[in-house]
Amino acid sequence: MGLRNYIDKTKPNFEEGGKFAKFHSTFEAFETFLYTPNRVTTSGTHIRNYVDMKRSLIYVVFALIPCFLFGTWNIGYQHFLSLGQDVTFWQTVGYGLLKIIPLYLVSYIVGLAIEFTFAEIRHEDVNEGYFVTGFLIPLIMPVDVPLWMLAIAVAFAVIIGKEVFGGSGMNVVNPALLARAFLFFSYPSKMTGDNVWIAEKADAYSGATPLSTIFNGGNVNELPSLMNMFVGTIPGSIGETSKIAILIGGIFLIITGIASLRIIIATFLGAIVMSLMISDIPFYYHLLMGGFMFGTFFMATDPVTAAQTNPGKWIYGFLIGAIAILIRVANPGYPEGMMLAILLMNVFAPLIDWCVVAVNIRKRKKRWATAERRAK
Amino acid sequence: MDKIKIRKGLDIHLDGKAIKQLEVFEPRFCALKPTDFIGVLPKLHVAEGDDVKIGTVLFHDKNNEKIVFTSPISGKVKAIVRGEKRAILAVVVENDGKNEAIDFSSVNNPIEKMLQSGVWPMLRQRPFATIANPDDKPKHIFVSMFDTAPLAPDNNFIISETSQETSLQIGINVLSKLTDGNVYINVCKDMSWRVSTDAKNVVVTEFEGPHPAGSIGTQINALAPINKGEVVWYCYTQDVITIGKLFLTGKYDSTRIIATTGSAVKNPHYYQTRIGADITPILNIEDNARVISGNVLTGTNITSDKCLCFHDSQVTVIPEGNKYKMFGWLKPVFKRVNDTNTNGDTRPYIMTGQFEKVFPFDIYPMQLIKACLIKDIEQMEELGIYEVDAEDFALCEFIDPSKTQIQQIIREGLEFIRKETC
Repeated sequence: MGLRNYIDKTKPNFEEGGKFAKFHSTFEAFETFLYTPNRVTTSGTHIRNYVDMKRSLIYVVFALIPCFLFGTWNIGYQHFLSLGQDVTFWQTVGYGLLKIIPLYLVSYIVGLAIEFTFAEIRHEDVNEGYFVTGFLIPLIMPVDVPLWMLAIAVAFAVIIGKEVFGGSGMNVVNPALLARAFLFFSYPSKMTGDNVWIAEKADAYSGATPLSTIFNGGNVNELPSLMNMFVGTIPGSIGETSKIAILIGGIFLIITGIASLRIIIATFLGAIVMSLMISDIPFYYHLLMGGFMFGTFFMATDPVTAAQTNPGKWIYGFLIGAIAILIRVANPGYPEGMMLAILLMNVFAPLIDWCVVAVNIRKRKKRWATAERRAK
Repeated sequence: MDKIKIRKGLDIHLDGKAIKQLEVFEPRFCALKPTDFIGVLPKLHVAEGDDVKIGTVLFHDKNNEKIVFTSPISGKVKAIVRGEKRAILAVVVENDGKNEAIDFSSVNNPIEKMLQSGVWPMLRQRPFATIANPDDKPKHIFVSMFDTAPLAPDNNFIISETSQETSLQIGINVLSKLTDGNVYINVCKDMSWRVSTDAKNVVVTEFEGPHPAGSIGTQINALAPINKGEVVWYCYTQDVITIGKLFLTGKYDSTRIIATTGSAVKNPHYYQTRIGADITPILNIEDNARVISGNVLTGTNITSDKCLCFHDSQVTVIPEGNKYKMFGWLKPVFKRVNDTNTNGDTRPYIMTGQFEKVFPFDIYPMQLIKACLIKDIEQMEELGIYEVDAEDFALCEFIDPSKTQIQQIIREGLEFIRKETC
């Protein structure tokens, strides 16, 4: 094969002592993108199954594609709806693509540039983690976020959120959510309110999301129909509006074993229990409003930042659901609580795991003590 | 008879299962490899050209001089193979075909008899998987009568085909005298052979479930998990048969039935051969195949010497996977794993909850692996290191999406503790 021969011929230049040895990690990343390496097992098991990090993470990207497609269409749909114009399907999608492609370009160019640089400095392989983070970030942004802000947010999330801890797998909080939280607190006027959710909307048209309607004292009758909220033809962050698209991707992740079903069920339980306790509106509205579903399936389940033990996952998920609703209902500052609930529990996840493991350790020490007593 | 169902685990299906057909293969030479035993420092008793019989001491362990390793065949010492820093890798004996064996029937003490004849190293201990120390009093002795590893030989077939029922029973009776605790005989559901429980401390338990239900570590944990400071001994079906034969005839019988398996073996079936046999003649090996003594999860790569390892009763040959695959990580795969490709690069641990699906222990695997990585003895102990051995993590290693070398990590953790505390 020509391409393979070309790679083999160029390879020595990028190895130690070669002309471009500095770019070893970059070369390696592109090579392993094209071809799975010819490496064989050296110790331990002689065979390995087909699931590696690339495959696991690309599944998450696959799972996000329905949200991406619907989000793209919905950008155009909301825009032309606010203007009161009747346009064709392809005009709607075309407008959406025009808006969303720059966001993706910024997300990937800035994020990957940082990832590759850090990998070269550390002499490590480039980690696949950013493919998922980079795909997630535009989906949780308001469509009109200025590109320079997005660039700063991505840089902050990747460097402070991930690389300072040692890269993928070592981070404490979810980098995609951190990017959003960074903008949320730094540029609140661009991230909340009724004017950011619809691209270039007509001034007279209300761009309120269901959450902000409720937040501003509205009642259930003023919300879009449950069906619209489920299908997703409402204003909101790009990827979060369609619950159908989220469910398609979420079920795919559960079947492939990438996302933890425990966390998902526990988050729903926590939200339902909390909204039955303190919320005036029926609990199913809370499940359909805002970023709850998107956060549950794609953010809370991030294996690096979630609790790692199985019992810990139940506690972690339940608290995310409960705290998200608590923030929505009880805090006076902002309408959405999902992002903050997940970030908060990200920080507490290691503590939850520590407690779960401590129970196991205590059980073991008790058994040792009993055995010792019997021996005497 | 108690029944225990193992729920977590994974049966890996590979091509090349051995058909039930037995052929006798007398090897031209056998090799005894000190590297098959953890922590053994060999001291040679023979030189190249010496004549040996079955049962002649080839070397002993410098750490415990009682433990000797004897020749599995009669003939001449053909070579002493040395590696780096002159470490002894193997003592190779050429077979003269006479099968002259030293008679140990005059030795009365059972432990002495097993030690002198060289069958003692078949008994291993947990924790650490080293050879049992004859001065220890083991809490229990465990025998796994079946194997659930990929393409594992069928012990039912081996016992019935060679009519080993008597030797097996004698072997079990001998084991029952070595401990004040129990001898746990762990069988699978379709075990055709009945263990007599005349000896009071013999306990038979039936195990059911996916691999690693047949692994000794799983069985120990289900029956009596090891506490800190405790020692248990274990061995496998054919070891018990060999021990039984020693007490029946007074001679060390190094016969071992092996299954040749794997997709790179033509006509995989069973052979009656010797411990340490050079198996080159029976394997019609293509280029670029890996020969493994044991199974694909825990076996040893013997492509270079092709001599069976001491404890193994299976040989697996599979193609090496040293080829590039274009967009291999993106393609959906439905075929079975069939070569040694790592199918990915080493990464930090990102996915969680995967190991728990195949790890039937009350232990948090990821946390224990990390404790081993940082060599924190207290944490390793608390997380249950004494209850496991490297092989218990084989399935975790097989499914690990981060492609780390988990068995090696656990082994290094265990060795670190063994060297610090012993």
